[in-house]
Amino acid sequence: MSEGNTPLLRLDHIGKEFYGNRVLSDISFDINAGEIIGLVGENGAGKSTLLNILFGMPVISSTGGHEGKIQIDGRNVNFTSPNQALAHGIGMVHQEFSLIPGFTAAENILLNREVLNGSSMSYLFSDRVSTLNRTAMNERARAAINTLGVNISPYMSVSEMPVGYKQFIEIAREIDRKNTRLLFLDEPTAVLAESEAEILIAALKKLARSGIAIVFISHRLSEVKELCHRILVLRDGRLITDRPADELTTRQIASLMVGRQSSSVDLEKHEIPEEIPAEPETADSVLASPKKKKKIRPALKVEHLWVDMPGETVRDVSFEVKKGEIFGIGGLAGHGKLGIPNGIMGLYPAGGTVRLFGRKLTLNKPRAALGRKMAFVSEDRRGVGLLLDEPLDWNITFTAMQTQGRFLLGIPYIFQVRNEHAMRREARKFIDSLSIKCTGPGQLAGELSGGNQQKVCLAKAFVLRPNILLICEPTRGIDIGAKSLVLDTLKEYNRENGTTIIITSSELEELRSVCNRVAIVDEGKIAGILPASSPAEDFGMLMMGQTRHDEEGEESA
Amino acid sequence: MIRRFIQNAGWPRIIIALFLLGLFIAAPFVGVRVDTSLSNTLVRFGMNGVMVLAMIPMVQAGCGLNFGLPLGIIAGLLGATLSIEWNTEILAWLSGLGTQYKISWLNDMFVTAWREPLGFASAIIIAVPIAAILGWFYGKLLNRVKGDEMMIATYVGFSSVSFMCIAWLLLPYKHPTMVWGYAGKGLRTTISVEGYWLHVLSDSLALNIQTDDIHLYIPTGMLIFFAVMAVLVWIFMRTKTGTAMTAVGSNPEFARASGVNVDHMRTVAVMMSTILGAVGIIVYEQSFGFIQLYMGPFYMALPAVASILLGGASVNKAGILNVIVGTFLFQGILTMTPSVINSYLQTDMSEVIRLIVSNGMILYALTRKVRAGR
Repeated sequence: MSEGNTPLLRLDHIGKEFYGNRVLSDISFDINAGEIIGLVGENGAGKSTLLNILFGMPVISSTGGHEGKIQIDGRNVNFTSPNQALAHGIGMVHQEFSLIPGFTAAENILLNREVLNGSSMSYLFSDRVSTLNRTAMNERARAAINTLGVNISPYMSVSEMPVGYKQFIEIAREIDRKNTRLLFLDEPTAVLAESEAEILIAALKKLARSGIAIVFISHRLSEVKELCHRILVLRDGRLITDRPADELTTRQIASLMVGRQSSSVDLEKHEIPEEIPAEPETADSVLASPKKKKKIRPALKVEHLWVDMPGETVRDVSFEVKKGEIFGIGGLAGHGKLGIPNGIMGLYPAGGTVRLFGRKLTLNKPRAALGRKMAFVSEDRRGVGLLLDEPLDWNITFTAMQTQGRFLLGIPYIFQVRNEHAMRREARKFIDSLSIKCTGPGQLAGELSGGNQQKVCLAKAFVLRPNILLICEPTRGIDIGAKSLVLDTLKEYNRENGTTIIITSSELEELRSVCNRVAIVDEGKIAGILPASSPAEDFGMLMMGQTRHDEEGEESA
Repeated sequence: MIRRFIQNAGWPRIIIALFLLGLFIAAPFVGVRVDTSLSNTLVRFGMNGVMVLAMIPMVQAGCGLNFGLPLGIIAGLLGATLSIEWNTEILAWLSGLGTQYKISWLNDMFVTAWREPLGFASAIIIAVPIAAILGWFYGKLLNRVKGDEMMIATYVGFSSVSFMCIAWLLLPYKHPTMVWGYAGKGLRTTISVEGYWLHVLSDSLALNIQTDDIHLYIPTGMLIFFAVMAVLVWIFMRTKTGTAMTAVGSNPEFARASGVNVDHMRTVAVMMSTILGAVGIIVYEQSFGFIQLYMGPFYMALPAVASILLGGASVNKAGILNVIVGTFLFQGILTMTPSVINSYLQTDMSEVIRLIVSNGMILYALTRKVRAGR
């Protein structure tokens, strides 16, 4: 690629730590003019941090800057604000739109770069009082839009546009900037329909031919492969691969993204118990009596579930979980994996059929789900999982008190006062067994560290003595030591009590190390359910939305 | 240790308490008696205590401070006026009940002897269901404006007072002690409860020493009534429902995920606050001696809000101790400033100081809420 001349952008050993937590290390690569680079990686691989560094986001400088050097045209630069990056010709299109809905396309494209009419007022004061030259503005906007090869009227109000158009307007705004030489696109096709994505890809190719370098971030690997000249794979903050796109198949990219070869994964296989331990609950134990040796009903059977959870929409999901199984649900962020447990627990509007041990569950009522002895650990620990301003014993026993009438003194339905002594005793039991670091059951939950808060959430679920335990992101935002402790606790709980556990996590490795089977969710649907021992690239392919059909076509090519 | 005490008590309370202490120390030097001042403080404490207590359920359920207290007060005023309007009928009905069901002690003699307590009880019994109904609607309204409860509550209070200004004139009250003399209809702005239930609580079991050396009056009955109400609220907050209510206030999402009906809990809390407000104003009136209608309840919420904040409550956490400490300090300042400062400065500063303290406390607490906001 290098023809001896200096590259447009050179990254030299870039690294970044957030509060002692390393997110990027030793990233070095060059970008030449007119080149299209595909940057791929799982959620949390460090893509956003890398973009933030390159764009001079205050988040970076306020947390101690970054390591390594950035060179533009061979000169060292160090951006401390996005304006500096803009001045050096770096443009960025973010995943979320930053457009003003009530303004027209032209006004949005030329925002803060408006064409002005000179007037006596502007001599007296400043350009701030000049009027806008609408005709010139619309012409400029039209030119920028035309570069992209689409036909959008510059007079159209952004609020009336379909999402695809908005994406083009975002890009047009970056192109209109005369000095733009390097364009970062963060998942520009995520919101586009296939045909729109094709137009966009064609437009980007056209742009690249005019000499603008493009860094394209996407989870749709086929697009990346089609569009890009070179592909960089990031994993756990490291640059794993930097190779020309035609040397890689999507399957190889997927396996590079999700990680080590399957052999290196420490998989502790535990059998799904064929024999069912005696059920405490009468109705269920009759249904699933081990003596009868009849077909085991699944602990949880989900059919055509949809969940309207903002940002995690579930469209049509069906699966079965066996009793005593640890079932994993994985997939990329925003594809609906979190919606599944939240929907089953009734926290977001949901439809479809969910059966527990053969009996139908009332959806949309958390109380019904809790009443059927399901317990839930939310992914939003501080928002949903804990009473931050209340002591630990409250946090641990509250759900059991409200749904099962435990930890109360007095006559049910008439007069019951909470039994603080029993609450404290229960809390102390879990503080010991889960080794929660705290001053005692009276400490406020908000004062604990993330890992210990997660343990409190687990304790809250264990107190319910659940038949089915749904856990979302059990290790999000906690340190490595606490991570393994939480996962071990879950495994142990499953082994000792035969509890069915459903874990939802964005970390595939984690799911593969704990679960019996893992379902991968893609765009609100289950892309596939695989045994945890399947090779990592199979999971990767499912995650990247590669249907078997695409894959075959590619392999033959 | 001193630092921990300051941290636990909080600077505002310490400053106000020291100021109050200073006033008590200064009092004898400007010719104000400490014992009468103390008596007045206790009387005012008893009068206002229950209304301050009315803040607790709503704060705990996350509905913010009950700026809509006037709504509860209106229920109390309706109870109070109706108890006077129907006083004769109620007493006759009670003794009739005794005859009908052969209850020997419930006779004319008993009813006549217990005329005043029965009248007071009837005021509360009439007021509570009215407060419950108003509180239910008020609760439903607040459930629609989550996050802006306090501002909406303020306007609920103000507008209900204005609405009742019309109602007081139009409602068909007939009792000659309550209606305007010249028209024979429409309630007067101020109605005396003398002869009905003046000082029923205050004077029962009261300690009244009036000698040349000591002028001490402790309204034991009223303080006991406040204590009973406080204990009831305290117990309620420890019940299953009360616990759920606190959790709703602390984190509604958590409560919902634990199977608690958040809106229902909030409605119950608002109803309780409104009922306590109604009872509170009746306690206030029996001690004060007058029922104040029309614009009377307009600013009643502010002293109660200021008291509980002064007591160390925040916008989303309040306890009985906050009520007791806050009411005592606030009413203490209110009692002491006119007598002491006025005698010292020879000007009327009391109103100014009262406004500075009450509005300053509210301002302080609201800014603290913003800082603690997650």
